Amino acid sequence: MATRKLFDLAKTIRSKNAGVDRITFDVIFSDRASYELVCRSGALSRDAVCRIFGIPASRITDHVQFEPALAIKFTIARTVPSGSPGDGDIFGSQQYGPLLDVQVTG
Amino acid sequence: MTVSIQHQRSANRTLRIVCPNGHLGFAPIKPGSFAIGLTCDPDLICADSGSCDIGPGPLGSDVSSSPLAWQTHDLELMLLGARRLGVPMIIGSAGDTGTNSRVDLFVQLIRDLARKHNLSKFRLGWFYSEVPKALIAERLQLGEAIEGLDGRAPLDAATLASTDRVVAVAGVHPFLALLDQGADVIIGGRSSDCAIFAAPALRAGFPEGLAYYYGKVLECASFCAEPYAGKESVLGEITMEDVKVTALLAEQRCTIASVAGHAMYERTNPYHEHFLGGHIDMSECAYEQYDERTCRITGPRFVAADKLRVKLEGAGKLGERFVGMVGVRDPYTIANIDAVISWARQQARERFGEKGYELHYTVYGRDGVMGPLEPLRDKPGHELCIVVQAIAPSREMAEEVCMVGLRQMFYARLPQVKGTAGGVAFALDEVMAASPAYRWTINHTMRVDDPASLFPTAMAEAGV
Repeated sequence: MATRKLFDLAKTIRSKNAGVDRITFDVIFSDRASYELVCRSGALSRDAVCRIFGIPASRITDHVQFEPALAIKFTIARTVPSGSPGDGDIFGSQQYGPLLDVQVTG
Repeated sequence: MTVSIQHQRSANRTLRIVCPNGHLGFAPIKPGSFAIGLTCDPDLICADSGSCDIGPGPLGSDVSSSPLAWQTHDLELMLLGARRLGVPMIIGSAGDTGTNSRVDLFVQLIRDLARKHNLSKFRLGWFYSEVPKALIAERLQLGEAIEGLDGRAPLDAATLASTDRVVAVAGVHPFLALLDQGADVIIGGRSSDCAIFAAPALRAGFPEGLAYYYGKVLECASFCAEPYAGKESVLGEITMEDVKVTALLAEQRCTIASVAGHAMYERTNPYHEHFLGGHIDMSECAYEQYDERTCRITGPRFVAADKLRVKLEGAGKLGERFVGMVGVRDPYTIANIDAVISWARQQARERFGEKGYELHYTVYGRDGVMGPLEPLRDKPGHELCIVVQAIAPSREMAEEVCMVGLRQMFYARLPQVKGTAGGVAFALDEVMAASPAYRWTINHTMRVDDPASLFPTAMAEAGV
């Protein structure tokens, strides 16, 4: 079983607001094999996402494998709305960093 | 071989729209690809100008987040192009927030630009989207639920009272009304991005599913193309069977991957897009490469809403705000930065008490960007920058709270610190006035019987 970083497998790894109360993450692959490998590996499963970000499962509002775009997409609830004082990322656009180093085994 | 839609319409019955910018004014339109778009025989030129991504401040304090110079730049390019070709131009969510003052601002800019360029007379239509708080309060008093979106509780009277300004998000209805009245240029208040493009397509008789999808795919301009490039124009074409979208920048392509990928962008799930009147179901969408730079999409379905509910967005002021920042290099202080912050907070408490103000510390180099989501919080860098924000009812108090919260970090007492001449470094030994602090108080939906009723329209002549 080989282990590779998500950074090396995915074409796009991004985060962005989905409305004012949620942040959505898109991990998009350029080839079906990598997409299927990551789906199968569970490296971005609901449980894995909870571990990566240290959140309870209840904060994941959506988690889909979106085949037409060869993408895995999940959305988490913010604890305060975007742009509230103290929020460090009004656009939610810099929350994907920890995903780059995720190890994918399979 | 397929002829690019850039050069030839793909069917007898089509409607072509050029979209030059996914958030007009926020960063200027790139004129090169827009100029190409104008050569592609468009039937309309449309762009969205709003977003709630910019935070609650602009809506609450009723200002734009985009500079006037860029708003003017974009409107000027679009207006001159549209009038030269004699095609309608539609803008939604004027001035970032779509409040009444932003609509008035854009209407005035269009009038001024028309005069500046001696444009012949044309019909200028606009509509408003602000909702009086009294109207919502009345509904609450009648016991009607203003339902929360995204897990929010129903709106209560106290939250409404803490709100400064509310806009409703329009569907296609006011755009259709203004097009029916012969508008050549439409400036919309807050509206669903897709409605700006769907309205003319629906009016021309194209199927609802395709028409709304057409808006969905075009509204972010070049974000549906690859490689990544912002503020470049794209050309869309709708027929009775499909939607096609093509990249106009030489380096960009609309591919299956880029267009399908864009379906997910900024939404919680890639299959549904909701707006006043219903939603699009994209779960059966099929994507194919039509020509080198064009993607063809079939299969989106429109699902009408049983009961009409309009989305409301509201922001409420929390107080005046000052900010300051400090740097830290001492490894022991970095390891104990929470104790330093606690010390400074304690000094603020001793001066101002427990309540009536807020102090926020954002610790860059540790978890400033991600906060509690940061997995590497226990591995701070060799230096930190800490941004201190104070929020209080008056500017004077906010300034002093911020100064206490900032400067007391300098005096924080840590038992083992070796440096005793100042615990933090100042690049600026001052606190700075920032925009007032606001909060998104309303992200809810309200029942509406007549979808046009909340969006009064107006029409006038512009030009000379």
